[in-house]
Parts: sequence; structure tokens; C-alpha cells
Amino acid sequence: MLSILIKEISSFFSSLTAYISMAVFLLLTGLFLWVFPDSSILDYGYAGLDSFFNIVPYLFMFLIPAITMRTLAEERRDGTFELLVTRPLSDWQIVFGKFLACLLVVVITLISTGIYYISVYQLGVTKGNIDTGAVIGSYLGLILLGAAFTSIGLFTSSLGKNQIIAFILAVFLCFFTFSAFDSISRIISLQDFESFINYLGIVEHYQSISRGVLDSRDFVYFLSFSALFLLLTKTVLGARKW
Amino acid sequence: MSIEVDNLTKVYGAQKAIDGISFVAQPGSVLGFLGPNGAGKSTTMKILTSYLTQTSGSAIVCGMDVSTHSMEVRRNIGYLPEHNPLYLELYVREALAFIASIYQIKHPKKRIDELVELCGLGDAQNKKINALSKGYRQRLGIAQAIFSDPSVLILDEPSAGLDPNQVLSMRNLISELGKTKTVIVSTHIMQEVEAICGEIIIINRGKIVANDNLISLKAANQNKSLEEIFIGLTGPAN
Repeated sequence: MLSILIKEISSFFSSLTAYISMAVFLLLTGLFLWVFPDSSILDYGYAGLDSFFNIVPYLFMFLIPAITMRTLAEERRDGTFELLVTRPLSDWQIVFGKFLACLLVVVITLISTGIYYISVYQLGVTKGNIDTGAVIGSYLGLILLGAAFTSIGLFTSSLGKNQIIAFILAVFLCFFTFSAFDSISRIISLQDFESFINYLGIVEHYQSISRGVLDSRDFVYFLSFSALFLLLTKTVLGARKW
Repeated sequence: MSIEVDNLTKVYGAQKAIDGISFVAQPGSVLGFLGPNGAGKSTTMKILTSYLTQTSGSAIVCGMDVSTHSMEVRRNIGYLPEHNPLYLELYVREALAFIASIYQIKHPKKRIDELVELCGLGDAQNKKINALSKGYRQRLGIAQAIFSDPSVLILDEPSAGLDPNQVLSMRNLISELGKTKTVIVSTHIMQEVEAICGEIIIINRGKIVANDNLISLKAANQNKSLEEIFIGLTGPAN
């Protein structure tokens, strides 16, 4: 598993995709946070990172599929997939190795946004006047969200040889699982099940963790969500033997 | 016997890719696996390396069944797939280090140096794979296949697309490996078969049509050339 992780990371950083997607992500969050007046912290007047944590899930919907789309689709297209699975590696080792590699890239990107926290910390009227607990909770929420989206991306990448299709499917699934349940629950005829349907979607759990409330139910939700898509990925990889 | 294949069949939908083939291969001589395109050579090799699973029949590599002991089989087998797929974005030494880490080799650097020497990768070892010529890529593919010093080697068209000098050095390398390992080579080049293979299997439409050593195969066919024998067995007349 470690061998796959290291190989994936070195593949990733020897191609431009990594640098470009990370740079675009940081550029966009920077613009939203400091320049665009609707979401700018400077115009908002409060020393908080709320607008950052509201925007990032929507940026993740594009960033993470861009990171994950090549992982398995490219192996299939180039034929290296055959070489990989005839080595003494289990399918789980391959799936986990790739999953952790992508997640690591997401976490590295997130770490570089720590500068926003430092800036807001310094800018407060009383220095350090920021809800650090909520910020830590929100970062934790983002990492869990990143894991969920990465598992979706890995799954769509395992489906075929085409990276573009993997990307589009992943963007759709990320959006759907993130916010569609919330919207569906507002359909009038479904109102009896509103809280249940809400509970299936990611946004409910993400917001709960972002408030700084570390509820074990939310952790279980994110872990089982990722586990489900990793299991699907592993099943698709094993399908060659059917 | 390092490889024992018994009544192996693989069905894709309605089509039988291979149809009840049986053969054995042992160390000490190179087995040439011949047949027209689409005859089932690659499918057989994919089952032996446990990339695919057979529909029926059995394949045993180093005493272990490929469908039940896949992991042990994979540990003992070196495989060069058709078209030699490589991670183009990696450097040569990086790619070899990746293989070393899969097999958890104790002194990876020493083994990588050995293989660079053995496969003649010296000039290319610090280049990116996508900058390598066809010949160097093929040598890297072989280096990856023999990295863990496996007792069984399966090479699917190892000399496709090489220039005559490279073909010659590839043949020497394969003959050398064949002295101690069980080697199966598929190829379309008849001179190559005559140069390196002791045993020959010709397969056509999923069935074995000849399985013999080179000398008796020729004797049985009025000393015709191997090419004529091949066409006679697999050509349009059949």
C-alpha cells in the first residue's frame, strides 16, 4: 500500500495537473475571501472564516475530481493496470494506496490555506479575536468531506478508460450527495421524511462538524460514506475476473 | 513442472477465446507460443498471470493453482504484457524503485544497479520514461518483469518493434534467462522461435494444433520451414 502511495504522489507531482489544480483552488479561495465584495472578509466586518468554509465544498466538487480522475482511468488506458494487478498486491492495497495519495494532496492544499487563518487572526480588532474551535472543527469537516469526495472520484475513475467521463460523473455525484438531499427534502409531498432525507446528504453532517460540535454520528457517517465508495471501487476492479 | 495447464477454457460472451487447451512447461528451455492474432495467446497468458479467471479447466504455476493461490502465483511470476505498458511520467530508476517496494526487496539500490547493468539501461537510467526510445522501453519492461528474480517468466511479444540489433540482444537475454527459469514467449517472428525456443506450441482459434520440440516438429512435417508449418496449420485453408 505504501509503495502505491509513494508512486502515486511522485506521478502526481511530476505532472502539471497537480500544480494547476492546487494553484487554481488557492487563487479562487483567495479571490472569494479577500477580493469579491459579496464574500470578502474585509467587507463582512467580522473576523471569521465562515465564507471560506461555505465556499470550499463547492470548489472541492471540482478540485477533487480533477485530482482523482486520472488515478485508475489512466492505468486502464495505458495498460499499466494489467501490470499492476498481476503484481503481488491485493485490490484493497491498490484502492487504499490511491485513496490515501489523493487525500494527502487534498490535505496539503488545505494546509496552505492556513495562511487565511493567520491573516484573520492578525487582522482582528483585538488580535486573535477568532473562534479557533470552530475553525479547527471546520478544517476537520473539510478533511472528512475531502475523503468522501475522493472516494467518489476514485470510484468514477475506476469505471472506464476515459478521464473526462470520470471527472464529469464525479462532479455530478459530489454535488448530488452534498446538496441534493437537502433540496429534495423540501419537496412538499416528502415532508414527512424531511429530517431522514436530510440526514442522508453530506451538507447536514458537514455543517454540524463545522459548528465545532464533534458528534460521533457525523464521523460514522463520513467514514461509512467513504467506505461504501471504496468498496464499490474495489468491486469494479475485481469485475475483470467475473 | 513449473506450469501445468489442463483443459483450460475461457469464454467471452458467446465466443470461446481458448477452448480446452492443455500443455506443460518446465525450466531449462524456452517455450515458444505461436498463433495468429486473436488465437488466444494473450488470453492464456493473462490467465496464467491471474489477470483473468478461466471459465473452466485449471492452470497450475509452481505447484499452485492460479485461481485459488493467486497471490503466491503472482509472487513467483514475471510478466511482460503485450505493448509493454509503462508509467511514462516516472523516471527509470523511480519505476524500478516502485517495483522494489512492491516486493519489499531488502537492498533496492543494489538490485536496481544489477538490473540496469543486466538489461543495458545504463545510458537511460536517469531519464524520464516518456523520453526513452522503443528499445530502452522494452529493456525496462524486461527489467521490471525479472526484478524479483521470478522462477516463471511470461513475455508477450517481447521483441515487437525493435531494430535488428536490439532483437539480437533481446534474444540473447531471453536465452540466458531460459537456462534457469521457465520462460514462455509469444511472438510472430519465426526466426526468433528457431533461435531461442526449444519447445513450440502453435495455437489456432483457441485450440492447440501443434505441441512439440522444434526438431521433431520439423521432422514430422517433411522438414518444411517453420513458417510453412505455421501457415499450413493456421492459414486460411483451415
